[in-house]
Amino acid sequence: MHPTEFTLAGAVAALEEGVISSEELTRAHVEAVEALNPRLNAFITVTSEQAMAAAKASDAKRQRGDAGPLEGIPIAIKDLFCTEGVQTTAASKILGGFIPPYESTVTSRLKRDGAVFLGKANLDEFAMGSSNLTSAYGGVANPWSRRNDPDVRLVPGGSSGGSAAAVAARMALGATGTDTGGSIRQPAAFCGIAGIKPTYGRCSRFGIVAFASSLDQAGPFGRTVEDCAILLRSMAGHDPKDSTSADRPVPDFAKACGRSVKGLRIGVPKEYRLDGTPPEIEKLWRQGLDWLREAGAEIVDISLPHTKYALPTYYIVAPAEASSNLARYDGVRFGLRVAEQNSDLRDLYERTRAAGFGQEVRRRIMIGTYVLSAGYYDAYYLKAQKVRALIARDFREAWGKVDAILTPATPSAAFAEGENTDDPIKMYLNDVFTVTANLAGLPGLSVPAGLDPQGLPLGLQVIGRPFDEETVFAVGAAIERAADFRAVPSMRAGA
Amino acid sequence: MSLDTATVRRVAALARIRLEEEEVARVQGELNGILGWIEQLQAVNTDGVEPMAGGTPEGIAAMPMREDVVTDGGQAEAVLANAPDREGEYFGVPKVVE
Repeated sequence: MHPTEFTLAGAVAALEEGVISSEELTRAHVEAVEALNPRLNAFITVTSEQAMAAAKASDAKRQRGDAGPLEGIPIAIKDLFCTEGVQTTAASKILGGFIPPYESTVTSRLKRDGAVFLGKANLDEFAMGSSNLTSAYGGVANPWSRRNDPDVRLVPGGSSGGSAAAVAARMALGATGTDTGGSIRQPAAFCGIAGIKPTYGRCSRFGIVAFASSLDQAGPFGRTVEDCAILLRSMAGHDPKDSTSADRPVPDFAKACGRSVKGLRIGVPKEYRLDGTPPEIEKLWRQGLDWLREAGAEIVDISLPHTKYALPTYYIVAPAEASSNLARYDGVRFGLRVAEQNSDLRDLYERTRAAGFGQEVRRRIMIGTYVLSAGYYDAYYLKAQKVRALIARDFREAWGKVDAILTPATPSAAFAEGENTDDPIKMYLNDVFTVTANLAGLPGLSVPAGLDPQGLPLGLQVIGRPFDEETVFAVGAAIERAADFRAVPSMRAGA
Repeated sequence: MSLDTATVRRVAALARIRLEEEEVARVQGELNGILGWIEQLQAVNTDGVEPMAGGTPEGIAAMPMREDVVTDGGQAEAVLANAPDREGEYFGVPKVVE
């Protein structure tokens, strides 16, 4: 078997058994990155030399009997996580040349546990987008293609598009992502892999370039649900450097993947049946419910009445927080500076930010600035925070009746570059099924469950109670077993 | 509610984003499209609803207080390492005070 074909769990076992060394495993992935990245553009920065050095060190550590849970496992890091000494761009020109003098908490935990970093994965600029097309470093190609139209370049989804494409194409055994409105779950679905946004507070946000602080959460990608569970255990946990990180124990999520779903009550929210959803997505959703029923779960109809207000709520809350967070990019302390000979300080700010931010980021900062401005705060921002409370309340009431909720992950399969770009709102609708979990702070897992008529992957989403990722993993793993999803993308290492 | 061009310019100025004259009409159209779509929230009855200010799900322990002590510091070189312009231990900017 080619080393890039291992699952992450399989690679951990092979390393433990001495079937393969981290050096061999990492070299295979470094070669995959070198071969495929020119076509996929999944990485902004490739750190092959550091990866090989880390792999050697990992093998030595294992020899000493000192191996961590992820010892010697090569993964990709979304380029939104600050990595000490390695350029971190957030896919924005405004962070040009920025080399963090510190490490994010999530990546330092992955390193502590032995993970090897292959490089920094491409994304939508500041994680704002659903296609990866807003990246200042160019779009990422989805490794999957349409059966009848294989030459059309499809998007990997976003914002964590590079992470998802890298894992799907076997360039990495797993990856980190962040999810503010669907940025892990939508690209996971588009690329035929699994990805989870954990409960708000499960992972520390320290050292992650901030987009919308009350919505941002880090999470993993893997080709299996169990791989996500293994990575999340290393990423999660309390961090005094993030006051919103939860001080509670981190369970063995991988163990939960083997739990039976017998007797679990699975909610089906009627408001997630949308006009215009393609029939194959409706069909897959019904199929998912049948699988869970066959595994012994009880299917329960529920109502989440404020669902239709989730996206407009999000497009007030997220831009408002972004306009505040992104005020730090001023051309003074780090990153890009643009000024004329006679620029005063204000002109320096305005020129730097106009040149450094892309169109979508500028648009969102301006929306956020407007909804927070004097005279409009109550009508927009405060109103959105109240509707957000109602959306959270809908879920709280549902948890009286069900243990988890099953929905489609996305309203369509991966679309082509150039589609959905004529109107920003059309692009925003990609997150219609995922954004509610961010607003309510709940865990959501996307699991590949089937193919559309063009041979493109489709995902289902499992939403759970706060800090009950274990049930989410159990339900996701049950769907994964029943779906037996074995399809592979046309563009992948070793193909 | 629809933004006129003066408001678009004012918002850009508040956001410290330089807006070229030829961009104003396009940006105005985009912002008004989004604000028009957001307007549907006004239809939701939120009387007596407490706004949800953070991301922490309700029922989960609130953010802890920590002791008000210095936990970090003395790293001027690290802080200045990425500065586009520096003078000694200071960030360099155009002259502010005439």
